[in-house]
Amino acid sequence: MLLLAGCGSSDNGSSTNSNELQKLGKGEGQVNLISWAGYVEPEWTKPFEQETGCKVNDKVAGTSDEMVQLMRTGQYDGVSASGNATARLVDGGDVSPVNVSLVPNYKTIFSDLKNQPYNTFEGVHYGIPHGRGANLLMWNSENVKPAPDSWNVILDPKLAAKYSGKISAYDDPIYIADAAVYLKYHQPDLKIESPYELNEEQFEAAVNLLEEQRPYVGEYWSDAAKQISAFAGGDSEVGTTWQYQYFALKGEGKPVAASPASQGFLPKEGATGWSDTWMISSKAQHPNCMYMWMNYIVSPKANAEVAEFFGEAPAQSLACAQTADKEFCSKYHAEEPAFWKRVYYWETPLADCGNGSSDCKDYNDWVKAWTSIKG
Amino acid sequence: LSRRLASFFHGRPHLQVGTLLAAPMGWLAIGYLGSLAVLLIAAFWSVDPLSGEIVHNLGIENFETLVNEPVYRHIIQRTVVVAALVTVTDAVLAFPIAFYMAKVASRRGKAILVVAVLLPLWSSYLVKVYAWRTMLSAGGVINWALAPLGLHGPGFGVTAVWLVMSYLWLPYMVLPIYAGLERIPNSLISASEDLGASPFTTFRRVILPLSFPAVIAGSIFTFALTLGDYITPKLVSNDQFIGNVIANNISTDLPFASALALVPIVVMVAYLLVARKLGAFEHV
Repeated sequence: MLLLAGCGSSDNGSSTNSNELQKLGKGEGQVNLISWAGYVEPEWTKPFEQETGCKVNDKVAGTSDEMVQLMRTGQYDGVSASGNATARLVDGGDVSPVNVSLVPNYKTIFSDLKNQPYNTFEGVHYGIPHGRGANLLMWNSENVKPAPDSWNVILDPKLAAKYSGKISAYDDPIYIADAAVYLKYHQPDLKIESPYELNEEQFEAAVNLLEEQRPYVGEYWSDAAKQISAFAGGDSEVGTTWQYQYFALKGEGKPVAASPASQGFLPKEGATGWSDTWMISSKAQHPNCMYMWMNYIVSPKANAEVAEFFGEAPAQSLACAQTADKEFCSKYHAEEPAFWKRVYYWETPLADCGNGSSDCKDYNDWVKAWTSIKG
Repeated sequence: LSRRLASFFHGRPHLQVGTLLAAPMGWLAIGYLGSLAVLLIAAFWSVDPLSGEIVHNLGIENFETLVNEPVYRHIIQRTVVVAALVTVTDAVLAFPIAFYMAKVASRRGKAILVVAVLLPLWSSYLVKVYAWRTMLSAGGVINWALAPLGLHGPGFGVTAVWLVMSYLWLPYMVLPIYAGLERIPNSLISASEDLGASPFTTFRRVILPLSFPAVIAGSIFTFALTLGDYITPKLVSNDQFIGNVIANNISTDLPFASALALVPIVVMVAYLLVARKLGAFEHV
């Protein structure tokens, strides 16, 4: 992966520790952020502004692609990037390494979020983990029986036919990785290592699986509100979801279920998920304020607030003591490394497979294939 | 200074008009036509498969993909067919409404109807589409109303897109036709009757030809709006329209997205040429 980073951005000078901030100075008065909806809200930005004097200007982005595009304008100081954007940002020279010694709260971040392939490149830290979530299998507990323990209920054509028209799938090219997670378990002869590094044969198998699934899909969802209304209205009965929708529907008293504790809360194949990282722009005009923000957003109280507001597991281990709902961290498995071991966090598919060969399908191929799958 | 400027412009009418129009014309030329030109050029660029950077070499690969890959042909076909259906539906629905507003309703009734037609435009587009989504859902009001008859609604899909778009763009068809009918003097209709024409003949030989340009004006709105929309298809169907594919490709393959964006433009130009052939712009 990093080989590519080396050749791709050689004209910008290689990204080494030399361009990371060495000493924190005075705040510049403001900071311009790009974030997911719900990551930057007045409840926790107001105290930050009072504390540091850095006024927060936030631009909400709808997708990882949009985040990459906005960062390339060079007008922002930082971004809350998911793993399917981070490598692209590092490759493009759009972000700088982060000096974690200037972020005191980094020390108490869950250790299984540190030094991950989507936030640390060639041993250099490129961001501060913010929070994470898993893509769950959710079903209508009244109509879907027996309770499924595998993704086969929506991915094996024979079983999927039973819920034809009631299946809910995520509307994004990255959903191809869900099929790859399934194939990794059920077809070991394909030798899939990472669901985000697929060669021609593996990629074709995953795409074929989703093409077979296509006629049974009732709805592809892209925003949480759309899926909640589909499950509430009876249009969807089984499919992939985020923890947020699951708890929202449960809160409304709808008959929904997800994999129980006896299965480690995930289908037996494991699942895809996301882990978001605050990154600092290589062209940041307010680097001191950005460092203060990165430290603040993973401080126990603020990280608890944002995790509860958004509906994901906090990155800060001390945040669990600060949540309003005392059950929150156990609901979202924040403190269970065994749960997260089975989650394949989103990464950017690159042509470079990470094993020296570069015959993997890159993200552009994924986008084109996704258009063909949906037809 | 203002006095000096005034005397400078006095007696130079071309300069007066030129100065007045400079800003809007400049905006049209740079902001509008300029960006279209960039779009046109970008469609011939390509993306380097390794770095993902845009390569500024001219080539026609993007258009080859559009023509050769059946999936894009299907998507373009689907979009154009739905746009045509929506346009016909809206024209059929709008004409009687507009006719009643222009020729039958009292002055007061007319005002109320104009407000009623405009009212949906005051609420957010998303709210309206989500409302339709709720109505069309399995447990929604359409299925509930049809259940006693042993029927069920169309559910989500292309039919739903056609229904929702027809609803969304109806005002854009009603208003031009209404304005067009308003301009037809009542004396012409009376004259036609006096000369012994049946109401149907009057409609066919007098009203329709005179209001045809207005119908075409409305159809340009409904057709173009349907061609470009991508949120409605996303919310009430699983089927992709041209706009959806553009949105998917815009960040990973901008040149391909540009090539695809040219398709609605070409379709619209062809549509306008046909409309002109039919004499739609002669009476304007």
